[in-house]
Amino acid sequence: MADTLFLTFSVLTVACALLVVVNKNAVNAAMFLLVTILGMAGLFVLLEAGLLAVILTFVYGGAVVALLLFIIMLLDTTPGTFKPFHKMTVAASLLSLALMGVGITTLFKRGVLPHAPQHVPVPTMQDYAAQLFTTYLLPVQVVGFMLLIAMLGVIVLSKRFDKSEGAS
Amino acid sequence: MMPLLAATAAYGLPSYLLVASLLFAIGFFGVLFRKNTLVIYMSLELMLLASTLALVAFSKFNGTLDGNVFVFFVLTIAAAEVAVGLAIIVALFRQRHTVQVEELNHLKH
Repeated sequence: MADTLFLTFSVLTVACALLVVVNKNAVNAAMFLLVTILGMAGLFVLLEAGLLAVILTFVYGGAVVALLLFIIMLLDTTPGTFKPFHKMTVAASLLSLALMGVGITTLFKRGVLPHAPQHVPVPTMQDYAAQLFTTYLLPVQVVGFMLLIAMLGVIVLSKRFDKSEGAS
Repeated sequence: MMPLLAATAAYGLPSYLLVASLLFAIGFFGVLFRKNTLVIYMSLELMLLASTLALVAFSKFNGTLDGNVFVFFVLTIAAAEVAVGLAIIVALFRQRHTVQVEELNHLKH
């Protein structure tokens, strides 16, 4: 059961990610991004991170994709094209593809990776909260400050400043 | 709460890492080969998602919670990044009336 689910979700995720990249229409690409995110949330559930799956669906599937769709509809509806292939880019891509292949084969053949530990309880909301408010308290505050700065930045970037307003 | 799945599933950590690296590679190719700034942005999101998948997988297979907590921070920063980036794209569009990267070359010339 778990294996079937893993195969389904991973194939769905990778296929839709590929469609995001090769799709000429930006709106379709955003829709496939949504499906990719849902597949990813499924993989998170398989990894027993249900809370993260829910947050991923809300934040990415809800907010980010909706924002992207808004901007796409606001700005540009002409279907895009691909960049002409430069020799250097193709060489770099092939090299990195080969390196990735080597990495993956090494991972499967020689990798000494931990197996899933037995009898570990599924992390609950309480565990997350305990971690976030003790060990990771400073990062939480920094991230909150960062969100504030991002909000201010967006307001400044998207507001039109008149000349007269700036002079006064 | 019972574990959802048996811990001895056939697809272990390498399989999840394979999916994550494939996603990262796809996002990377999107950044390299697309012209539309918005699609490049989506490819960036794909790369971020791939890294979060790897984090969650490592966290599960090591029996710790640290990777999952890191994913929280990654998601928060990604949300902030999307908001700021799209605001920049809109401001750029107001100036130049295009989002194709090849026409946004005024710093080059």
